[in-house]
Amino acid sequence: MKRLSFFRAARAVPGSLFGVLAEFETVAQVLAAAERVREAGYQRFDVYSPIPIHGLDEAMGIRTTRLPYLVAAGGAAGALLGLALQWWTNAVDYPYLISGMPRFFLVASVPVAFELTILLAALGAVLGMVAANGLPQLHHPLFAVEAFRRASADRFFLCIEASDPRFQLEPVRDLLRAAGASRVLDVER
Amino acid sequence: MSTAQLILDNTGEDPRRRAPLVLGEQNLATVTDTVCGIVERPRPPRAWTVALAVSASLTAVLFAMLGYLFVTGIGVWGNNIPVAWAFDITNFVFWVGIGHAGTLISAILFLFRQKWRTAINRFAEGMTIFAVICAGLFPLVHVGRPWLAYWLFPLPNQMQVWPQFRSPLLWDVFAVSTYFTVSLLFWYVGMIPDLATLRDRATTKVRQIVYGILALGWRGSGRHWHRFEKAYMLLAALATPLVLSVHSVVSFDFAVSKLPGWHTTIFPPYFVAGAIFGGFAMVLTLLIPVRSLLRLEHLITLRHLENMAKIVLATGMMVGYAYSMEVFIAWYSGNPAEAFTFRNRAFGPYGWSYWLMVSCNVLAPQVFWFKKVRTTPWAILLVAVLVNVGMWFERFVIIVTSLSRDFLPSAWGSFVPTPVDLLTLAGSFGLFLTLFLLFLRFGPMIAMAEVKSVMPEGGLELGPHRGHGQYWGEIPHQHQGQYEEER
Repeated sequence: MKRLSFFRAARAVPGSLFGVLAEFETVAQVLAAAERVREAGYQRFDVYSPIPIHGLDEAMGIRTTRLPYLVAAGGAAGALLGLALQWWTNAVDYPYLISGMPRFFLVASVPVAFELTILLAALGAVLGMVAANGLPQLHHPLFAVEAFRRASADRFFLCIEASDPRFQLEPVRDLLRAAGASRVLDVER
Repeated sequence: MSTAQLILDNTGEDPRRRAPLVLGEQNLATVTDTVCGIVERPRPPRAWTVALAVSASLTAVLFAMLGYLFVTGIGVWGNNIPVAWAFDITNFVFWVGIGHAGTLISAILFLFRQKWRTAINRFAEGMTIFAVICAGLFPLVHVGRPWLAYWLFPLPNQMQVWPQFRSPLLWDVFAVSTYFTVSLLFWYVGMIPDLATLRDRATTKVRQIVYGILALGWRGSGRHWHRFEKAYMLLAALATPLVLSVHSVVSFDFAVSKLPGWHTTIFPPYFVAGAIFGGFAMVLTLLIPVRSLLRLEHLITLRHLENMAKIVLATGMMVGYAYSMEVFIAWYSGNPAEAFTFRNRAFGPYGWSYWLMVSCNVLAPQVFWFKKVRTTPWAILLVAVLVNVGMWFERFVIIVTSLSRDFLPSAWGSFVPTPVDLLTLAGSFGLFLTLFLLFLRFGPMIAMAEVKSVMPEGGLELGPHRGHGQYWGEIPHQHQGQYEEER
C-alpha cells in the first residue's frame, strides 16, 4: 500500500534524526522493554499502542496526571456560575414575584446549578486532556513511518527520541534489539 | 490458540469459568479488520441501502411536516385546550428516554466494571446522540415560533427580561442541552483512538484527511493513554449522576404541576427506570438486526444480548412497581380527584392505551425469566419492539389522560391526533434511523480499542493492577506471577 503523504512533514533535512523506533509483537514485550529503557536512564521515550497497557505508567515512570484538579475546578466554577446566574437574573436584575415565593431560593436553584456543574467539569476533563496531550497535532514524525500505521491496530512500539540527553545511536539500537524488538528503525524528523 | 478461545457459546453460568467476551479465533488484527471492514467495504450491503432509502424518505416527510407546521401554525396538530401537550411532548419524553440507555451503558456499566459493555457501548452512545437530537426537535417546534427559541436561554435582550428560573421547563432546557453536550463529548472522546485506526488504514486521500482531522493526531502514546483513561473515567463519573438527573428533571415538568396524575413524588425514579427500560429495548431493537446483517456475532455475543434482556426484565419490573404504586396511592391518599384520574386512565376513553402500556411494559418482559427466550435473538427482538411501543404509550397515557380530564367536568376535552401528528412521529423515526445508518457506515460502530483490551492479547493479566486501567475489570489471579517471571 502506498504511503499517503498528506500528514508528512516538509522534506526532512538529511541527518536530522527524531529518534529510534522499535516494534514489538506483544504487550508483555513492550512492557518489559519500557522498563529496561527507563532503567537504562532514558527520559525522552514513549510507548505507542492500540490499547491502554496496564502497568505501563509504572514501567515508564509516568507521573499521575493532575487532570482531576482541573475537573474539580470546572465543576466548582459551574456550580458558582449556576447559582450566580439565577440569583442575578431572577432576584436582582429582574426580580420575579411569583406566588409569594422568595426571589432567590436555593432548593429551586439546584437543578440548573447541578447541570452547569456537570457541563463545565466535563468540558474541563475533555479539553484538559486534549490540551495536555498536545492535541490536535496532525503531523508527527512517526506518521511518516510506514510500519507505524499498525500502532493503532495490532503492534506495539517504543521510540527513544534523539533529544534525550543520553541518546547515542548505536547503544540505543542495541538496547532495543536486546529488549526483544522485532524491528528497529531510525525515524527522520 | 488455546481451546478457551474456540468456545462459541458463552452463555454458561459456571462460576469457575470466566465467560469469554469475544468468541472464535480472534486476535487484535481480526478485530480491527472486522470493525474497520464495515466502514471500508466499497459498497454497503443491500439491506443498508434499502433501509437508508426508507428512513431518508421518512426524514423528508418529517421536514415537510415541520415546514407545514411553521407556515400554518400549531393548529395543524390535534392539540387543543385542555390537551395542550400531546404528541409533541410524548415524542420528546419518548426520545429523551431512549437516549438514556447509551449513557447508562457507557458510564454506569463502566464504573461497575462490566467489561461486556465494550462491544455495545459505542453503538448505544451513538443511539443516544441521535435520540436526543430527535427529542430536542419537539420542544423546539411545539413552542409554535421556533425562531424565538432563544428566549429560553438567559441571553441579554432588548426586552430586558430574563427567563424565569423557578420553572421546570427552563430546568429542562439546561438538563437536555447539558446531556446532549456531555453525551457527545463522551462518544467522541471514546472514538478518538478508533478514528486514528481508520485514519491509519485509509486508502484514499479524502478518508485520510477526514479521519485524520477527527482523530486529532492521536498516535497511541503511553503518556496520552494515561490522561485519556483518566479523562474517560472522570467523564463516566460525571455522566452517571447526569443521566439520573436528566429524566428526573423531565419528570419535574409534570410532577411540579398540580394536575392529578402528574403531581406525584414517585415520578423522578419512575421516569429514570422507564427511560433505561425503553432505552435498552431500543438498543436491542437496533442491535439484533445489525449484528446479524454485519455478521458481528463473535463480538456482540449471545451473552451480551442475554445481559441486556436481564436489564430489560429488571427495569420492566421497576416500571410495573411504579404503575401499581401510582394506583395504590390514588386509593390510599383518599384524594377523589386522584382516584378519578386513575379510574379514568384504566377504564375511561383512553383505557385501551393504558392496557396496551401495561401489557407491553409489564407483561411482555416477563418471558425473559426463561433462559431460552433470553438467548433467542428473534424472541428478544419481538419483546424489545413491544417495549418500545409500550413506552411510547406510557408517555401518551400520562400526558393525554391527565390533561383531558381536569378537576371540573366543564373543562374536560379530548385529543384526536391529526395526520400531521402521525406523520411527524413517523418522520422522527426516519431522522433517528437515517443518522444511525450513516454512523454505521462511516464511523467505528464497535469500540475497537476497548474490545481489544478485554481480549487475552490485551495483557490484562500483566503488570501491577494499580493506577490507570484497573477499572477495565477484574483480573484472573492465576496469571499474576507471569510478569515477574518474564522480567
